[in-house]
Amino acid sequence: MPRTKFGVGGCEHKPALTLVAQSRLEVRLTSFDTISDGLLSASRGSRDRVSRGITRRRFVQGVLAGGVIASLDLSRLPALAQKTASGPPLLSGNSFDLVVEQTPVNFTGRPSVATAVNGFVPGPILRMREGDTVTISVANHLPVDTSIHWHGFRIPSDMDGVPGLSFAGIARNETFVYRFPVKQHGTYWYHSHSRFQEQTGLYGGIIIDPQVEDPIEYDREYVILLSDWTDEDPEAVFSNLKQQSDYYNYHQRTVGTFFSDVRKEGLRATISDRLMWGRMNMNPTDILDVSGATYTYLINGQPPAANWTALFQPRERVRLRFINGSSMTIFDVRIPGLPMTVVQTDGNDIEPVIVDEFRISVAETYDVIVQPPDASAFTIFAQSEDRTGYARATLTPRRGLTAPVPPMDPRPLLTMVDMGLGNMSGMAMGDRPRMKMEAKPPSTPSAVGTVNARRDGYGEVPFPQPSPNTTRPSVPAIAGKPTPPKPITLREGPQVDNVAMRPTERLAEPGNGLDDNGRRVLTYADLRARYRGTDLRPPNREIELHLTGNMERFIWGFNGEKFSSAEPIRLKLGERVRIILVNDTMMEHPIHLHGLWSELENGNGEWRPYKHTINVKPGERLSYLVSADTPGKWAYHCHLLYHMEAGMFRTVIVS
Amino acid sequence: MRTTTAGRESTAEFDSASASALMLILVLVGLIALAPSVTNAQSTATTTQNSGVTSPEEEEPPVMDNQIFGHILFDQLEGRTNGPDNEFRWDGEGWIGTDMNKLWFKSEGFAEHGVATDGDTEALYDRPIPYLRYFDFQAGVRYDLDSNPGMTWGAVGIEGLAPYFFEFAPTFYFSDRGRFAGKVTGWYDLLLTNRLIMQPEFEVNFYNTNDPSRGIGSGLSDLDTGVRIRYEISRKFAPYIGFAYTQTFGETARFTREEGGIVNDPRFIFGTRVWY
Repeated sequence: MPRTKFGVGGCEHKPALTLVAQSRLEVRLTSFDTISDGLLSASRGSRDRVSRGITRRRFVQGVLAGGVIASLDLSRLPALAQKTASGPPLLSGNSFDLVVEQTPVNFTGRPSVATAVNGFVPGPILRMREGDTVTISVANHLPVDTSIHWHGFRIPSDMDGVPGLSFAGIARNETFVYRFPVKQHGTYWYHSHSRFQEQTGLYGGIIIDPQVEDPIEYDREYVILLSDWTDEDPEAVFSNLKQQSDYYNYHQRTVGTFFSDVRKEGLRATISDRLMWGRMNMNPTDILDVSGATYTYLINGQPPAANWTALFQPRERVRLRFINGSSMTIFDVRIPGLPMTVVQTDGNDIEPVIVDEFRISVAETYDVIVQPPDASAFTIFAQSEDRTGYARATLTPRRGLTAPVPPMDPRPLLTMVDMGLGNMSGMAMGDRPRMKMEAKPPSTPSAVGTVNARRDGYGEVPFPQPSPNTTRPSVPAIAGKPTPPKPITLREGPQVDNVAMRPTERLAEPGNGLDDNGRRVLTYADLRARYRGTDLRPPNREIELHLTGNMERFIWGFNGEKFSSAEPIRLKLGERVRIILVNDTMMEHPIHLHGLWSELENGNGEWRPYKHTINVKPGERLSYLVSADTPGKWAYHCHLLYHMEAGMFRTVIVS
Repeated sequence: MRTTTAGRESTAEFDSASASALMLILVLVGLIALAPSVTNAQSTATTTQNSGVTSPEEEEPPVMDNQIFGHILFDQLEGRTNGPDNEFRWDGEGWIGTDMNKLWFKSEGFAEHGVATDGDTEALYDRPIPYLRYFDFQAGVRYDLDSNPGMTWGAVGIEGLAPYFFEFAPTFYFSDRGRFAGKVTGWYDLLLTNRLIMQPEFEVNFYNTNDPSRGIGSGLSDLDTGVRIRYEISRKFAPYIGFAYTQTFGETARFTREEGGIVNDPRFIFGTRVWY
């Protein structure tokens, strides 16, 4: 039995097992009609219980055949046999030719222009193999500079693709050739790191097949790339947020909700609650800055009405590689009626966890295995954290068969815990049954080393990704306790609207809006690496960073400073540091460190999960370990695009 | 509302020299303040140049977080009527600048039969106040520009969001002729629904001396207050209806009566709130 089949847009293929010798790009495409599924789903669209005008409903739901409408220049891409309305094509091998260009699209019923790769939004899925050296040439046919960053890749920093740090960017009409050895495996993605091109469509999935046999067993696989699309110019979105930070929040509390709260909670409680939030000038409905008021949410480039569809045979093990390629949207993902076994996050295998739902923050990836028991259809339902819209796709045994689209959950409200005021009610977190909290508090490590620390000689061999046959490089141990972090003193001011008084440990919480919903929801405490870490040294240094911002002014930064006024974070090549993050803001921030792994300290000791993007909840304090084993200038930032551009960005220099 | 004094003999001359001087100072203050952020961006570019593998002269920092934004809001663009008498009222503000350094413009006034009967325009340098989350310091000039004799003031004030989402802006004015004045404005957005928004608003003016040429008496001079209910078709376009009440006090009221104006003036209003 062939163990892997790869399907793009619902069409299965033989596994590409002879990739090593492949030097030309190979395009695998599909031919089928999303249209028919879309027509069937049009009536589902009206299930959206949020009452909206017809225009807005169409906007939220998108159009039936969304996506790329351009006729492709086939002469330029000889291997491109036919275009598809059903998601991006797959390119595999060790040599890829990509063209970044503007492409007319229509996701909402209104024609617009996207930044596409080879004419597709999302761009082609790149499939490569661990151990290969890949060559990716990126030609820029845009009127402006572009760049592509290989998200989660452990590669030389001059290949990392961040203009202003790793290289100068790719000027118009120029081609930049990326070439690097692939020393990891798993699900990743790529995106532009130039201004707002990521928002306008420049992103795509990456699969790296392991050099050895993949320990995860599956019969069929699909990439599920989630994203958010707006017909507005992202520069206008940013400007709107700077002028009025709640511009896209149409679910604020009103006189009406005041009276309904009075009926539920009583007059006294309601008034004191309103006064509490009012005194702080904070808004408990401020969940995501940019909402379904402008966004249409996509799966593999298809709006909900177009209903991207994937096929399976009953009882097959289907691997779904979820990637959140959104600019600003955190999704809660579930497949009603079908439990999911989470097997990988951010490219790293974890001990399988069976869940009904998981939250995927911006730039994270989660691989899940589902095994549909019979020949019925299932809806892949990804609602935005603020419940202003959803992306939707269908897993079905036969084309045309669909499943109901569930209503969205109630909108979450922020709490005093999110404000960093701690658990005032005394509700202990320990009453959550699935918690594994043998974690030591971050700042009191028991670092013991026997060999004297040697400052030179580290970093010549980067630590490999944990895998069944990992050989750990031998490096001198680090003696003694880590240097404690420089104390951070923060005061409220124009750049800091809140300082968490009592930040809490929240790894075992599923997140806002997911508590007590009757479903098994994945938490960060559930992530236990399948293989022991490769750098078992305790950290020699701790760095504390506060995630700060002023929501009203839409200013974001670390430690109360924007990128432009802050010094880079300097790491010594070879050192092992513990980064402690304290989220003083009331929003979640997916923090992404380029080039180096972020090993989340979630109580699993040497089986701590390796990640590239760590989502930090409001009012949360968490920590992770970083081996500074690759020299260079690395970007370190919040992956919410407009937060990053507003200044929530630091340079990390490893030297 | 300060009353109509059109046709009154001008006693206070518009000192154009002092106005120009103040404007010049303002522009200089703005430039000096904006300079650090520009230099900042440039120095960041310079430091990142070393890492460039290709033409470093084209390199920009990875994020541009000192971008200049602009904003223009006409909060009140409305007709006011009390039956026989109609007037036009405008009240707007705009700014341009970075997070920390902005140039603000404010303008308000009344017009009747195409003549501005009472208007003032301000140009202010604006900077967030350290250790305050939501308040900005503002300093600049105010010029009273209408059919009355002009008058130039220096202006110092604050504007921002007080606790409980109450917008509040007190400003102090001074002139080279030993005159002082004060203006306090405040407003609050009450969300009836997410698009239907009720906004109570007030403005009061104080003066230390009489200025008969502009029909202004010392002390509490006038009050302009109102309630508007707007419907935000979009954030940037919201028609409204409402009710306004203006009253003049003390000497100002006496000037108003002499002019045949109305001291207590309730009116219905209809207008549009726009911004871009």
